[in-house]
Amino acid sequence: MTQPVFLGMPTAPPGVGQLRSRRPFPEAARAALGDAQLRRNLAKATGTIRAKRAAVVEELPDWAELRAAGAAIKDQVLAGLDGYLVQLEEQVSARGGVVHWARDANEANRIVTDLVKAAGAGEVVKVKSMATQEIGLNEALATAGIAAWETDLAELIVQLGHDSPSHILVPAIHRNRAEIREIFLREMGKVGLPAPPDLSDEPRALAEAARLHLRRKFLEAEVAVSGANFAVAETGTLAVVESEGNGRMCLTLPRVLITVMGIEKLVPTWRDLEVFLQLLPRSSTGERMNPYTSMWTGVHDGDGPSEFHLVLLDNGRTATLADPQGRSALRCIRCSACLNVCPVYERTGGHAYGSVYPGPIGAVLSPQMTGVADNASLPYASTLCGACYDVCPVAIDIPQMLVHLRSRVVDAKREASRTPSPERVVMAAAAWTMDSPARWAGALRAARLGRLLGGRRGRITALPPPLSAWTGTRDVPLPPSQTFRDWWTRRERRRRRNP
Amino acid sequence: MNARDEVLARIRTAVADGAAPAPVARDYRTAGQPPAVAGEELLELLVDRLVDYRALVRRSSTAMVAATVVAALTERGARRVAVPEGILPAGLDRLEPGIELVGDAPPLSPAQLDGLDGVLTGCAVAIAETGTIVLDGGSGQGRRALSLVPDYHLVVVTAAQVVATVPEGLARLDPARPQTWISGPSATSDIELDRVEGVHGPRTLEVIVCS
Repeated sequence: MTQPVFLGMPTAPPGVGQLRSRRPFPEAARAALGDAQLRRNLAKATGTIRAKRAAVVEELPDWAELRAAGAAIKDQVLAGLDGYLVQLEEQVSARGGVVHWARDANEANRIVTDLVKAAGAGEVVKVKSMATQEIGLNEALATAGIAAWETDLAELIVQLGHDSPSHILVPAIHRNRAEIREIFLREMGKVGLPAPPDLSDEPRALAEAARLHLRRKFLEAEVAVSGANFAVAETGTLAVVESEGNGRMCLTLPRVLITVMGIEKLVPTWRDLEVFLQLLPRSSTGERMNPYTSMWTGVHDGDGPSEFHLVLLDNGRTATLADPQGRSALRCIRCSACLNVCPVYERTGGHAYGSVYPGPIGAVLSPQMTGVADNASLPYASTLCGACYDVCPVAIDIPQMLVHLRSRVVDAKREASRTPSPERVVMAAAAWTMDSPARWAGALRAARLGRLLGGRRGRITALPPPLSAWTGTRDVPLPPSQTFRDWWTRRERRRRRNP
Repeated sequence: MNARDEVLARIRTAVADGAAPAPVARDYRTAGQPPAVAGEELLELLVDRLVDYRALVRRSSTAMVAATVVAALTERGARRVAVPEGILPAGLDRLEPGIELVGDAPPLSPAQLDGLDGVLTGCAVAIAETGTIVLDGGSGQGRRALSLVPDYHLVVVTAAQVVATVPEGLARLDPARPQTWISGPSATSDIELDRVEGVHGPRTLEVIVCS
């Protein structure tokens, strides 16, 4: 077998950022499943958003066409990514922006830290950004003595709670209103304006507390750090979609803006936004349009930051791009619709996945970005029910990709260890048996011996080790008393005798 | 090799299998098609969608717009209101005494903006189907901070600025201009995915739709 090219492509480095699970998914999931409060919070939130999404998608007569166009545009981007990135760089530079390239998380963190230091700032305000979570930017800035204030409400809840995000869109989805109230009362005063002592747990009151807490920081901030939802190669335009106005504050008021963006976030033309600005809000918050979308192209004289830096981040994206059967994961526009419909995510929550990208999309994205050996359990964190594919606005066939990644996990394990595993021995034996029709027929007949193990109701409820790993959680149906081949042969014989 | 060249080289290696992508079929509703809704029906759709996302809406006419603005500001109790260059069509320059219009030249500081009762702007485009108002820094719209920091945003939309769909809206806009797309007041769904209005952007959005 030839060595697949993606094995040679540098993946996201370990020891920085948050893409790797510290423990295997089944172990992490078991802990999450024991948390009844978490499961209640998740069921309520995902149930709400599923209904909202379904209603606004239903409203559009051309959803299927938009979805197909979204997938096709992103495939076009991926096929010509080098050219589009160079075009974007030219456009941003021509309009007063500065473009930086980062091979990985460490390099991106270094670039941003140096830019903040050069601006002479001791703190930055941040717009919610998956890319900066992925690379662990806040931690890197803290090491350099720079405070990073998260300004998205959910990110603020996560930051104040010394917690980690568990959902792409709503990082604090695992917290309910009562828990959020407690975090605000306990923590806000330690880092700025305290929450009012009579704070209620009404979402409106909690939002008001966040507004007051962050107001001064917005009005005085010198430097902001953001991510980007889209970048238009043709024009150099960047777009950030949001709801609260914290994005507008960060993108407009500070003197210096630093945007960290994964290299796959491009669209070729201005016109392409007409597709994604319909797909994204309806898929993500279940709204016809999110409250605010900001777009800027380089530096605008007298309006907004006078200094703009764009950091283009690889960090395992080219490794993902190199696998023809896995690359379409890079179409992802981070809407999180797949999380909200996933029966596994709904029960375990995002933390069990161990990466900033949880849920179905995380299960295909994280292992590709880190190399499958480092997130080997994630491709199995799925029932392959297919709900994620149905709702994906860019038609990523996540179930099929999961199956493909499972085979890569098995390959990687084989590469890593020459000692035959039970799985390998069984697979090798199966291949030998299936190679010959006679051996295959014999094996099927031999399987009838399994009937001797039959328990009640025609099921095998306990097998000896190592097969007990299977029957520990499920029954095995009894093999039939007659194989299909035997039945067919006898039937044909009878027909020949009495035509 | 520097980072730029290395990332570009990685990309070229990664896609060397040369699988050609399928062409993009734009058989969704595009800007070129005759609009499915127009005229009064279009304005009603816009109003419906604005109200659905908790914006306040007033209907007016080009002749009556000054009076409608005054009525809105008076009801709101807004005394000091930011106004960008070019917002004042006939009549708007003579508002009731007691309402102070504050210009943005020289530019107001964030703290000054924070001290105002509201901001009055026009817009570049309004998209009916999504209830979206787009500001692009053109005449009567001002820089982005102006329509962001004050807690009350009053927008005047004229019938000619209203389109039905997102593709129609985008086709009218110039990517070289800074844009803010606004759909209802500031909101969040971050607590239990339940939408509540009013976080960092203007907590009240009021729209005057002029026929």
